Amino acid sequence: MNTLPVAATFTLSVALYSVGALVSLASWRKPALCRHICCGTALAGAIFGGLAAVFGILQGTAVRWSISSGIPLFAYSFDYDALAGFFNLTLAILAGAVSIYSFSYLKEFEGKRNIGFFGFLFHLLLLSLTIVFTAANALLFLIAWEVMALAAYGLVTFYHEDRETRRAGLLYIVMAHIDAGCLLLGFALLMQVSGSADFAQFRTAAVHLSSSQQAIAFVLFFLGFGIKAGVIPFHIWLPAAHPVAPSNISSLLSGIVLKAGIYGMARIFLEGLGVLPSWAGLLVLIVGVGSAVLGVLYALMEHDLKRLLAYHSIENIGIILIGLGAALVFRVAGHPQLAAVALIAALFHTLNHAIFKCLLFLGAGSVLHSTGSRNMEELGGLIRPMPVTAFCFLIGAVAISGLPPLNGFVSEWLTYQSLLAGFGVTGGLTRILFPLAGSMLALTGALAAACFVKAFAITFLALPRSAESRSAHEAPRSMRIGMGCLTGACLVLGLGATWFVPVFDALTEQLLGPRVGTNLITAHRWVLSAGTPHGGLVSTSVIAIALLLLLIPAVLLVSSAGRRFARRRGPAWDCGLPGLSEHNEYTATGFSKALRMIFSVLYQPRREIQTVFDVSPYFPKAIRFESEIEPTFEKRLYAPLKDLLLRFATRMRAIQAGSIHAYLAYIFVTLVLLLLFGVRP
Amino acid sequence: MIGLIAKAGLQLVLVLLVAPLLSGIMKTMKARLQTRRGPNVLQSYQDILKLLRKGMVIPETASWIFSVTPYVVFVTAALVGLMIPMTATDAPLSLFGGVLAVVYLLALGRFFLALGGLDAGSSFGGLGSSREMTISAIAEPAMMLAIFTVALAASSTNLSEMAKVAVSQSWKFLAPSQMLAFAALFIVLIAETGRIPVDNPATHLELTMIHEAMILEYSGPYLALIEYGASIKQLVLMTLVVNTFFPFGLSSDWTLRGLTLGLVFYLIKMLLLACLIVMVETTNAKLRLFRVPELLMVSFIFGALALISTFLF
Repeated sequence: MNTLPVAATFTLSVALYSVGALVSLASWRKPALCRHICCGTALAGAIFGGLAAVFGILQGTAVRWSISSGIPLFAYSFDYDALAGFFNLTLAILAGAVSIYSFSYLKEFEGKRNIGFFGFLFHLLLLSLTIVFTAANALLFLIAWEVMALAAYGLVTFYHEDRETRRAGLLYIVMAHIDAGCLLLGFALLMQVSGSADFAQFRTAAVHLSSSQQAIAFVLFFLGFGIKAGVIPFHIWLPAAHPVAPSNISSLLSGIVLKAGIYGMARIFLEGLGVLPSWAGLLVLIVGVGSAVLGVLYALMEHDLKRLLAYHSIENIGIILIGLGAALVFRVAGHPQLAAVALIAALFHTLNHAIFKCLLFLGAGSVLHSTGSRNMEELGGLIRPMPVTAFCFLIGAVAISGLPPLNGFVSEWLTYQSLLAGFGVTGGLTRILFPLAGSMLALTGALAAACFVKAFAITFLALPRSAESRSAHEAPRSMRIGMGCLTGACLVLGLGATWFVPVFDALTEQLLGPRVGTNLITAHRWVLSAGTPHGGLVSTSVIAIALLLLLIPAVLLVSSAGRRFARRRGPAWDCGLPGLSEHNEYTATGFSKALRMIFSVLYQPRREIQTVFDVSPYFPKAIRFESEIEPTFEKRLYAPLKDLLLRFATRMRAIQAGSIHAYLAYIFVTLVLLLLFGVRP
Repeated sequence: MIGLIAKAGLQLVLVLLVAPLLSGIMKTMKARLQTRRGPNVLQSYQDILKLLRKGMVIPETASWIFSVTPYVVFVTAALVGLMIPMTATDAPLSLFGGVLAVVYLLALGRFFLALGGLDAGSSFGGLGSSREMTISAIAEPAMMLAIFTVALAASSTNLSEMAKVAVSQSWKFLAPSQMLAFAALFIVLIAETGRIPVDNPATHLELTMIHEAMILEYSGPYLALIEYGASIKQLVLMTLVVNTFFPFGLSSDWTLRGLTLGLVFYLIKMLLLACLIVMVETTNAKLRLFRVPELLMVSFIFGALALISTFLF
């Protein structure tokens, strides 16, 4: 088999990102030029990155190369295997779409903001992500991880004049360092056992891990990657940080930076730690279920469009973890075939979520660009001035709600199938967890549909609720193209799921052993099966065709009989009440009122109504309504933690005397201790 | 291929013919139980025909979503009608989507219906959409648990496989897990088809309506499509309950004799289920909206118990 130029295209993409970073920084004085260079090099880098990923996947075997650095343990070693290829493909699709989108989007920065610095951080983020997904050395991985966090911090705080943004940035960087700390400890443990920082060595040394070492490493990595992925209860930074970033960056943060956590889990849990015990898998599964349900419940209460989307990222990460947890359980139970199906479900959902979440954030970005508002209560009726954005957002909304025939449905369907299979393979009471997780997934799906009915309808339908949304305009061309690419990807991955699933063959073979892609496809590539002999079957392409065919009788019914009276436009009936205005419309808060009452145990809603009246209480002049829900995790978990930390810090102040002699003494003692432990044979 | 299209065509005709009839029969039965004369059994056909002949007014405030919605509702319901076994175990399109596809296709219809409700900008539409999405969301986990219980027995989510397994063990509905699953699914059925005590299909009172509030702005042929779609959805869900729990008389092949016998059995079973629903409707008052979650919680618990009893007994 002739070898494809994986390493060459990969290096080219990395080089383009690096050059792009420096050139955009250098050309910051010429904003228009800088903008074109920034987006152009990013697009080129994404194209080559995508080519590398496609080559890597087609090749089927891992490509490894390493450049020694001279520093102990550290080497520039890369491992372009199936997992790396898959995540790089996801990254390339998103980076390409976002680069195209940014051509017009960054125009509003001209003369106001430093596009050069933005471009520098943007390229740095893409570069570090590419290296995170490919690095085969723990230290290189950690450096890239840290650069990723810093670049993301710079982009989150890009609108730093705003106090809210600075606070969100601070929260983000603190959480990012807790997660980096956990990872550092975890890798230190693995390095101690294997005597090397190489991922391949971890794999071979995994058998020497004692069960307690394995458990500690698992917890550390789960914390580290879990914080990055934004699973509940480590999610609090996510809904704060993602909405305040520029919209094209929000889409990358939710689309792919969170997925770095998923990548890390797949890499370490399935390869680096050996076969994990079933409690680990069950823990991942349960945390996944919790994240999914709570994520969507919090999303429902949001009326800030971008925060709503950020909470949905938590939900979808939860769905991914359900699949991943199931895969871990099945592997230790000795069912690699099932584990492979569950892993495919998880990773397929990773790709799907990356695409539709990126699309939705870009849509929200277009709305923000056009109206200047993220608050849904001030939007409305945007489907008329912004038809293309509205259509793209609708496709994204249908896809993220897991409705057929789009891509979200396919991966959720695979998740259901693996959960159903899980009932048969595990013993005792734990088996009940799988169907229960399935029912919670159903709840999540239905609530997500409710939430996106709200998000789409309040933003795009009915009457505009403010002057800004009345004077809205369609997004410029490059933004429409960027969204259009991702809309197309949603359709292609949904309708062509059976053609895409075999891509995972090399991946499952590498991580779990079996190749199941062909088992999942029956009947001339049209139908996706659950992989078991009489299991479930589904075909999104046939569903789509059947839906179109069934349109014929529907159109016949309508057109045959209703011709005598024309269809005409008139005022909305509204139960006979005249004068429908934007004040009569349902609001986002009103839409979720029923759910707020039903789940009031969770939300602890508080509302305040103030009536201002002149003479008589029967004739109010103004009514002020305020409603908020209790941020449970912030208040119950993080506030006490913060207090504890501050109290500890106050105590520690005693040793910070401010005297140079004392500090010299500390340094001396530390040095002696380090020498004692370091030199010890 | 030809056979598939023929089967699909045959079942489509059956679905389109029986759905309004079933609605009509239920209306008449309910009236008789309340000692009213009630409408003619064929009234639902006449309603649809009448609506199709009328003109329609589309609200000035509405967008293209408003016009797309009736088609989506009708088409998804009709497609689901082709995926479930009605008279034969072998449903025409069961190879292309099982029970999960059925649930999610109905959800697609509901998604658009809720958008259509909000599109005109009237507060009643929003009220209906909000309630519909809320109740369906809470009904979903119970429904999925009950479905999982049945699917686990067949170790498949393919409806034809499930029906085949059910036919091979016809008296299985006496097992505790099946009975509990039936109870769970029956409650969900009532919630999903919008009947008392969850919703009242006969009301246009603003405070109590759910489904009717969503479609308040629709008129003429569009309303006909939505009403038709809703009656197909009701038929589909009832068929699902009837044929998964009581698979008597399901034909194993598509021969004339098998199908005729299957059809007779099918109609009898559906009539009995309709009777049960109408009795529940007549003997209960509509629940307050915020009591509905409690009812659905009961259904969820039934589902969980059904699941536990599958491996206890």
